[in-house]
Amino acid sequence: MMRIVILALLPAIAVSAWFYGPGVFFNTIVAVIVALGTEAIALRLRGKPVTATLSDGSAIVAAMLFAFSLPPLCPWWVTASGMVFAIGLVKHAYGGLGYNLFNPAMAGYVLVLVSFPDLMTGWPAPDIGDLDYQRPGFAATLQYCLTGQFPDALTLDAITRATTLDSVREGLGAMRTMTEIRMNPVFGDFGGAGWEWVNNFVAMGGGALLLLGIIRWHTPAGVLGGLLGMAGFFWILDPEVSASPGLHLFSGGAMLGTFFIATDPVSSPTTARGRLIYGAGIGMLTYIIRSWGSYADGVAFAVLLMNMAVPLIERWTRPRIYGRPA
Amino acid sequence: MSAQPLVVPGQSVRCGEPIAAPTTAGHPYIHASIAGRVLDIGLYPIAGSRSPVPCIVIERGDRDAVWDGYAVQPDASLLSRGAIRQQIAAAGIVGLGGALFPTVEKLDSAGEAPQLLLNGAECEAYICCDDMLLRERAERIVAGGRILRAALGAELCVIAIKTDMPEAGMALLEARDAAADPHIVISTVTAKYPAGGERQLIELVFGREVPAGGLPADIGVICQNVGTAAAVADFFLAGRPLISRVVTITGGGIARPRNIEARIGTPIADLVELAGGYAGTPERLVMGGPMMGIALSDDSLPISAATNCVIAATMGELGEASAELPCIRCGLCVEACPAALMPQELLKAVRDENTARLETLGVSECIECGACDYACPSHIRLAGRFHAGKQMLATTQLSRQQANVARARFEARNRRLAAESHAQPENAVDHEALQALLARRRQRDPEKAD
Repeated sequence: MMRIVILALLPAIAVSAWFYGPGVFFNTIVAVIVALGTEAIALRLRGKPVTATLSDGSAIVAAMLFAFSLPPLCPWWVTASGMVFAIGLVKHAYGGLGYNLFNPAMAGYVLVLVSFPDLMTGWPAPDIGDLDYQRPGFAATLQYCLTGQFPDALTLDAITRATTLDSVREGLGAMRTMTEIRMNPVFGDFGGAGWEWVNNFVAMGGGALLLLGIIRWHTPAGVLGGLLGMAGFFWILDPEVSASPGLHLFSGGAMLGTFFIATDPVSSPTTARGRLIYGAGIGMLTYIIRSWGSYADGVAFAVLLMNMAVPLIERWTRPRIYGRPA
Repeated sequence: MSAQPLVVPGQSVRCGEPIAAPTTAGHPYIHASIAGRVLDIGLYPIAGSRSPVPCIVIERGDRDAVWDGYAVQPDASLLSRGAIRQQIAAAGIVGLGGALFPTVEKLDSAGEAPQLLLNGAECEAYICCDDMLLRERAERIVAGGRILRAALGAELCVIAIKTDMPEAGMALLEARDAAADPHIVISTVTAKYPAGGERQLIELVFGREVPAGGLPADIGVICQNVGTAAAVADFFLAGRPLISRVVTITGGGIARPRNIEARIGTPIADLVELAGGYAGTPERLVMGGPMMGIALSDDSLPISAATNCVIAATMGELGEASAELPCIRCGLCVEACPAALMPQELLKAVRDENTARLETLGVSECIECGACDYACPSHIRLAGRFHAGKQMLATTQLSRQQANVARARFEARNRRLAAESHAQPENAVDHEALQALLARRRQRDPEKAD
């Protein structure tokens, strides 16, 4: 099962690397190595079988999802600290696979996001041909990943560009209209240039998981419904001060959250009704944080907040037992 | 002893002769299933029972010696309710769905104007004795249904089968048309397991749920197995008491799997032989279905009226236990549970031995069908643990009850002691007696008294 999830994510990783460079691969490699190492140590400390548990693939999935969320230009220790926290504390301190309250990948991402805010801006402009900017090559990216330093001619500021959601945030903050904001070439047809393609491939991977029966439709439907409902409502009120539903759907971590993060069974409710509520909560909170919070994207925070609500949702949506009064 | 033998060792009996009478409720009359000589009366192991049960052993004698003490009554459905019930009791008819509860007691538990439901929707895969009975003896089932309906004063007799039993459905339709009884209704339900479970079937057919902790009779439904109905017809229309049942002999380890109408008490080995003997290397012998069946120790055990199916399974045939993985809360068990329980939460409660939580989550409503076991991608054996959870809950409730009794007794004692100590100062009689004694002494010896 975990293997199929990994396979479903691979095309999206490839597309992300196509647009944002080899840093995507470096992040993934560092995350997977650190995740497996941390898991092995945690299992040894807990006196559990190491190889049998490592081969369940859950740590690799968490590492790949975490790495996928990171900016492509990211020093290794950022990746490593997020993974040690995610696997060691969020997962194993709570009892390991099946017992964690929070989604490990998102908890790790939020940890590095609030701990290293400056280092979490390493998004190069997408390689879509028509943008004039300096791109770090393979060697420069690797050097940055390993040392946190670029070769002399490059600086992080020179290479990176604001993400689509950052641009929307800053633009609206500066009282510009959406039409003006969208003049920026980082925008594509719906979301950000590059971003929308990455989201497309994530969605396709998610569709494959749905068709194969690995995930159920309830949670994704809830997330998309929640996000589209909020975005649609405010966009209809005034399209000049609110990003369009399409932009929300095809930017940032929307699709990853919908199909790969929110559908993590361990940290979601178990009933169909519960999953709809849970998904809708994530979608709505994502919109709220993106629009009125202090972070450009809100998927990770939304997921963690709804993780906290899972026991409550389970209680609300417990089905009426056969033969018992309502 | 739950029954009184009517025969003694050495006595010869005819087939169908009553050989034991019940002494307590919950037990039926027993009839000799073959003619011969009584060898022994004592405790013997039988299929499906963990401990030995009282048995009467008969050595086969003259095959043609049939007891004819029961009259054939073609117009049985015109008899009074009481008369029919009395004869059903005499015929020793029990629920052939597996519960072995005397049919007469189930009929007596019905209120006024109940619905009669004949369950032909066998629960599990592999078991097809009811399907075969419906195909071959549909007219007997319909006839038995009419008699049972008369015994209950029920408006309708609903016969339920599953969508995957088309031949049985055709046979049943023909039999109903032949009987020309408008009170016989055929209902076809989904073949999804466990549709043939009593409570699930009642919900599917009548759209009503049996209340938790209650019986179908509480909502005016009396559910009988189709085999039971056929046994009723056999008794009234052929004068034959309950001495046989249809048994499915199947599994990868059986050469020619088939259904056999077998006398109660037949050793399983004889039935296997009739089914062509063993084939390949059977690994396990199971009585019942693959989901809820019970393992059998060997094939020398005799069948009981509850033995609907014997499976000789080959290696891996019944999805032998793979290693359990952690629960990842995928929710497939929640989807699968026919009682709308949350098995993954119950699992936690069982592990924590949290009886309060077991009660809230409804462990007692688990029918142990094993649908969750089957659905679980982590191969967690859930239903077995819920069985343990039920016992845990029962033990707690019992000790709570005992604690309540002990507390009540303790409080009563305290009250009694308090009442006695209150009574002390008011015990003026003693004071007066003492004064009187002293007065007498003073009179006798005035100087000494002071």
